[in-house]
Amino acid sequence: MKKILTSLALIGLVAAGTAAIAAEEGHNAAAPTHFPINEPKEMSWSFTGPFGTYDKAQLQRGLKVYKEVCSACHSMNLVAFRTLSDLGYSEAQIKSLAATYTIHDGPNDAGDMFDRPGKPSDHFPAPFANEEAAAAANGGAAPPDMSLLAKARGVERGFPQFVFDIFTQYDAGGPDYIHSLLTGYDQTPPAGMVIPEGTHYNPYFMSGVSLKMPKPLSDGQVTYDDGSPQTVDQYARDVASFLAWAAEPHMEDRKKTGFRVLFFLLVFGALVYMTKRRVWADVAH
Amino acid sequence: MSEGHSTYTPKTGIERWFDARMPLPRLIYDSFVAYPVPRNLNYMWTFGGILSIMLVSQILTGIVLAMHYTSDTNLAFDSVEKIMRDVNSGWLLRYMHANGASFFFIAVYLHIFRGLFYGSYKAPRELLWILGCIIYLLMMATGFMGYVLPWGQMSFWGATVITGFFSAIPLVGNWIQQLLLGGFAVDDPTLNRFFALHYLLPFMIAGVVVLHIWALHVVGQSNPTGIEVKSKTDTVAFTPYATIKDAFGMIVFLFIFAYFIFFLPNYLGHADNYIVANPLKTPAHIVPEWYFLPFYAILRAITFNVGPINSKLGGVLCMFGAIVMLFLVPWLDTSKVRSAVYRPWYKLFFWLFVADAILLGWLGSQPAEGSYVFMAQMATLFYFAFFLIIMPVLGLIETPRRLPNSITEAVLEKNKGGSGHPAGATAAPQTKG
Repeated sequence: MKKILTSLALIGLVAAGTAAIAAEEGHNAAAPTHFPINEPKEMSWSFTGPFGTYDKAQLQRGLKVYKEVCSACHSMNLVAFRTLSDLGYSEAQIKSLAATYTIHDGPNDAGDMFDRPGKPSDHFPAPFANEEAAAAANGGAAPPDMSLLAKARGVERGFPQFVFDIFTQYDAGGPDYIHSLLTGYDQTPPAGMVIPEGTHYNPYFMSGVSLKMPKPLSDGQVTYDDGSPQTVDQYARDVASFLAWAAEPHMEDRKKTGFRVLFFLLVFGALVYMTKRRVWADVAH
Repeated sequence: MSEGHSTYTPKTGIERWFDARMPLPRLIYDSFVAYPVPRNLNYMWTFGGILSIMLVSQILTGIVLAMHYTSDTNLAFDSVEKIMRDVNSGWLLRYMHANGASFFFIAVYLHIFRGLFYGSYKAPRELLWILGCIIYLLMMATGFMGYVLPWGQMSFWGATVITGFFSAIPLVGNWIQQLLLGGFAVDDPTLNRFFALHYLLPFMIAGVVVLHIWALHVVGQSNPTGIEVKSKTDTVAFTPYATIKDAFGMIVFLFIFAYFIFFLPNYLGHADNYIVANPLKTPAHIVPEWYFLPFYAILRAITFNVGPINSKLGGVLCMFGAIVMLFLVPWLDTSKVRSAVYRPWYKLFFWLFVADAILLGWLGSQPAEGSYVFMAQMATLFYFAFFLIIMPVLGLIETPRRLPNSITEAVLEKNKGGSGHPAGATAAPQTKG
């Protein structure tokens, strides 16, 4: 009797859940109510999974894409030049790279603000003086800072996917989203869909049918010197990887430490368990 | 168990010196070495110890984080990122602290469900249970204020929504809300007072934990049979028996905790909290931390007015009422039998209640629209019915299964099925204890 009641209750719960999901799905293609319209494509990244590491060559290409394209509008306030050593650059290379930037500094002894070449301890300078200027130059919406973008974006995974994610260690929601968004332009909106003026249709955009940012990348726009394909898809992968590093620069250290911790706990736990068995061996419990 | 006389005999000169002046070694010996625990405790009884180390871990990581944190709305977000990027092992401290809050709640929920399943709240443990409920309330306040400190979008909007509840209270609501916020909206004064309180409350928790453990050591632990300890054969000494079992439970728990810290550190958080707070931009869905989701679902389930109570006040009353239920449990449960092991119907409804709590949690994470609202209303109804109807009524009409006469008898019965223990060994704890 109890078993029957339990299973009935479970069936009821599942049925209610399915009904709710089914109700969600009955939507009109021209006026979608839930975003993004398309789920982000899951890419394979070098930095995901328990053994994930950043691909330095890819990060360097991503930095190039950021410098030559994204940085025209997007700041990266939290990233210092000195941390670019993670990308495999030498101290001299970082010094000369920083020097290509002009940093507004001051006041000096005379009380004046002045411009000087960048130093490794400087952060990437922002393209606009302040958020208001950034918004004014971009149709009213300030382009978001990119330092944490790879952790600040992520499409909800839903049940049961979020349960599986624990075991697959899926944490590339941000990079997947960025890659899908960057490669998701140039699509024709469904008939009847209203695209507000000054915005651009992108079915991967999280918060609406279209966004203010026009298609930022096109094939051949950035020259790679390591022979990698110069396509929008490759640019998008590279810059998404670079942003993953920018958002989580200590990821490799974290996973390496994690292995030591888990290994220790496994061995220590096994020893404690055997001791526990021994201690309790003569006590029925 | 408490009336047991101290068996401590100081062996060294230093111990005798202390024992004559302030018998701290005696207290420790009596509480953590000789203290008798029921021999049949299962691993669900290791969560008390796990919660203690989680509290210590949160306080230690929190103190170091506070050394690097700045509670100014213009600097807070970047100061957290500075911890993540530039402070030595700062990423580890912060991920330990943020995930530590989640695992603290995982442990406390398992601890509470353990209490509900085995009837640990029944006389003479009502006060022990209520002290536990007070700890849980303090934990919720601490967790909520801690989530505001990184000053991300969810910090800001979560704080706005939750402090907004108080304005629903008639007459004094607005005054309470303004007192909490230090103004009319979440701003610099709010962040500063939340930081001060977030630093204070864990020490208050530690204080109540001392009372909780004190009360525990007066009445003794309950156990899976729910039968009180009757003779010495029912118990074993805390050390080594409980210490080694607790240690193993802690290591398993820490293993899962470490898995999240090092491999899924942002899994339990929300992506929007990596965007700096912006009072002019409301996120599409404001959701609290996962451990508040069932209460959030209850809050939003009340979409209708009841007489003079509008839906907002009704939601707030139900949400706080959901926690008040826990305080009343010792008197709502009318059954003479403690443990659900011997209560077939209560056991069934207990598991339905667990499923209901999980369902409410999931509904809390979904937008409050369409069929979700109806499901949340039904789940809320069951939540309150469990405490207010099922618990009192079931205790009166349910026929419990036959109870063993003692813990020892229960253990021996269980082991008769050939678990490989030699029959004579069962007498050992007497000599060992």
